[in-house]
Amino acid sequence: MDKTLPSPADAVAGIADGATVMVGGFGGSGAPIELIHALIDRFLATGSPGNLTVINNNAGNGQVGIAALIAQGMVGKIICSYPRSTNSRAFIEKYQAGEIALELVPQGTLAERIRAAGAGIPAFFTPTAYGTELAEGKQIQEFEGRPYVMERWLKADVALIKAELGDRMGNLTYRMTARNFAPIMAMAAAHTIAQVSRLVAPGEIDPEAVITPGIFVDALVEVAEPAQEEALNRAEVHYP
Amino acid sequence: MTQEPTEKLSNVQIAWRAAQDIADGAYVNLGIGFPEMVARFQPEGRAAVFHSENGILGFGKAPSEGQEDWDLINAGKKAVTLNPGAAFFHHADSFAMVRGGHLDVAILGAYEVAQTGDLANWSTGPTGVPAVGGAMDLVHGAKRVAVITEHVTKKGQPKLVERCSLPLTGVGCVTRVYTSLAVVDIEEGRFVLREKLPAISFDDLQSLTGATLHCPGPVADLIVPEL
Repeated sequence: MDKTLPSPADAVAGIADGATVMVGGFGGSGAPIELIHALIDRFLATGSPGNLTVINNNAGNGQVGIAALIAQGMVGKIICSYPRSTNSRAFIEKYQAGEIALELVPQGTLAERIRAAGAGIPAFFTPTAYGTELAEGKQIQEFEGRPYVMERWLKADVALIKAELGDRMGNLTYRMTARNFAPIMAMAAAHTIAQVSRLVAPGEIDPEAVITPGIFVDALVEVAEPAQEEALNRAEVHYP
Repeated sequence: MTQEPTEKLSNVQIAWRAAQDIADGAYVNLGIGFPEMVARFQPEGRAAVFHSENGILGFGKAPSEGQEDWDLINAGKKAVTLNPGAAFFHHADSFAMVRGGHLDVAILGAYEVAQTGDLANWSTGPTGVPAVGGAMDLVHGAKRVAVITEHVTKKGQPKLVERCSLPLTGVGCVTRVYTSLAVVDIEEGRFVLREKLPAISFDDLQSLTGATLHCPGPVADLIVPEL
């Protein structure tokens, strides 16, 4: 078994127009920058893929990664919990111009919807958002005297994630808080692509230390010394 | 309306007061911004374990400048360090800690708190770009949900009200409010005054509060050190 691919460009070559794409990362940590930029390169060369639905906690920061994807006009919709930051101009401009749709989801509901999709659970009940405008139109049910809101699973065609170590079977570890959404996105997407900072031989990752078992990963590409989103933004890097 | 007294607690003093109620060993989530200050004032001999939504239990102080590792950040996207015994986990586990009732205390900021325990702290209305983050999860997960806030808005309007006028974060979720003038519990749909600054009279405090303050028991002086 060998799930490795030679380059980020090869890894993202099959992502279609209109695809729903989960992208790992929270704030400036964990974003698979090289995979996202490979997608932008493909769009600039071929005009595809466009009209993507992107799922992430945020809506891009600065002028790299998801923010650059949005700035190129490749994103039709964002599903996230916190699209506003000091540095989210790319999204805010498109949003205010009516050029991008937003589905706002409480952060824990976002995580659980993704986890549920990965676990094959079509819906679940949570107290989160009960009585608020984010629960409007949703089914409410009482359990043990307390009201809960029904939320549905959130699936994706593709997940793009960043991991630390990976082997050719797809087993992954992560680096500190860069883990965030990556393990559950890997479970929820039909096709999960991981960029890993170091590719190692099967067996080199202690089975006790594997965070994402390879069954959830379809393709890996090694990106040694990957870019770090926060560091890029502090250097005011603009992609492309 | 009564003018807010010139003597009131600063934000750090409100944070100090809230910190006095956090037990040794408590698992605590502090909201981004003002509530983060609470961590600075843990009483001697107590050590809470701080939770960050993005996937850390047991984070510590900010690193010194130049020592940041941007893969080690808190939910406010600020660089942090780890205390001995810290743990990382993914986002669904992080919110299982929140929603599963495993956190002892969550401390959040507020635009408005109602006497029913309703909280409004995520949206000031339909203008601008909406953003919610984890606030709606936190208010239903922690065993105790406390709010720290100025007693009135910058325009002098009460923040403790009968009903929230802004979009709700959660219904019936807040149990204690630490303000710049008082400590108020929420019990059975009413505000119960527990402590107030000695310099303010009950009547003046009531006039700065948008709902009735009840005093079924003694009201202690709210005494906070200069910080």
